[in-house]
Amino acid sequence: MVVRVQEADFEVGAELAALRRDDPQIGALTAFVGLVREMNEGAGVSEMTLEHYPGMTERELEAIVGEARRRWAVLDALVIHRIGRLLPTDQIVLVAVVGVHRGETFAACQFIIDTLKTRAPFWKREVTPAGGRWVDARAADDQAAERWQE
Amino acid sequence: MKILYFASLREALGCGSEEVALPAGVADIAGLMAFLAARDEKWQVLRTRRNLRYAVNQEMARLDTPVADGDEVAFFPPVTGG
Repeated sequence: MVVRVQEADFEVGAELAALRRDDPQIGALTAFVGLVREMNEGAGVSEMTLEHYPGMTERELEAIVGEARRRWAVLDALVIHRIGRLLPTDQIVLVAVVGVHRGETFAACQFIIDTLKTRAPFWKREVTPAGGRWVDARAADDQAAERWQE
Repeated sequence: MKILYFASLREALGCGSEEVALPAGVADIAGLMAFLAARDEKWQVLRTRRNLRYAVNQEMARLDTPVADGDEVAFFPPVTGG
């Protein structure tokens, strides 16, 4: 399991190759990439800054990935989340899961990103034509995470 | 103990972290919030903010989670990563 919080961008192809390591047991790889959009809540976004709680963020991400691995028979998982200043079209987060079959890798990948969005201590501040504003938590994200509760 | 504030809460308080000597009688998060709000008008925001979240030693906490000297306590708004 790899969990990284970093300012630097990531190269999806290289990260997925490192996760697979040419392991012939792997029959499925599911990956999700979150990107900065140019619009949010009806306003144009020119840039975004991501703040986090160092230490707790990594612990929480490791706990979420650990939970996914207990619930689904997957072989490995990777989470990379960026912090700092980002621009529209920039990559924010990569979640990737490898396993024997796709059913488990799809479910585990979606569980990780849905749970990350409501539990990992990151906060987005975006700049719009009206000035800077902190992004509000969305009820839809809470509902997305709730459906995974056992 | 060390107290951390993040995101919009940090901006509202103009404070990201502080060292506080745990006063006698403060045993949990609710007690700590009452003490901080009584200490400084600005910290009333801990009482008025809806959906405030808290962590003790980097684990999500509740109002009745115990706090002790030497703990790291954090207050923050709902998270918005991903």
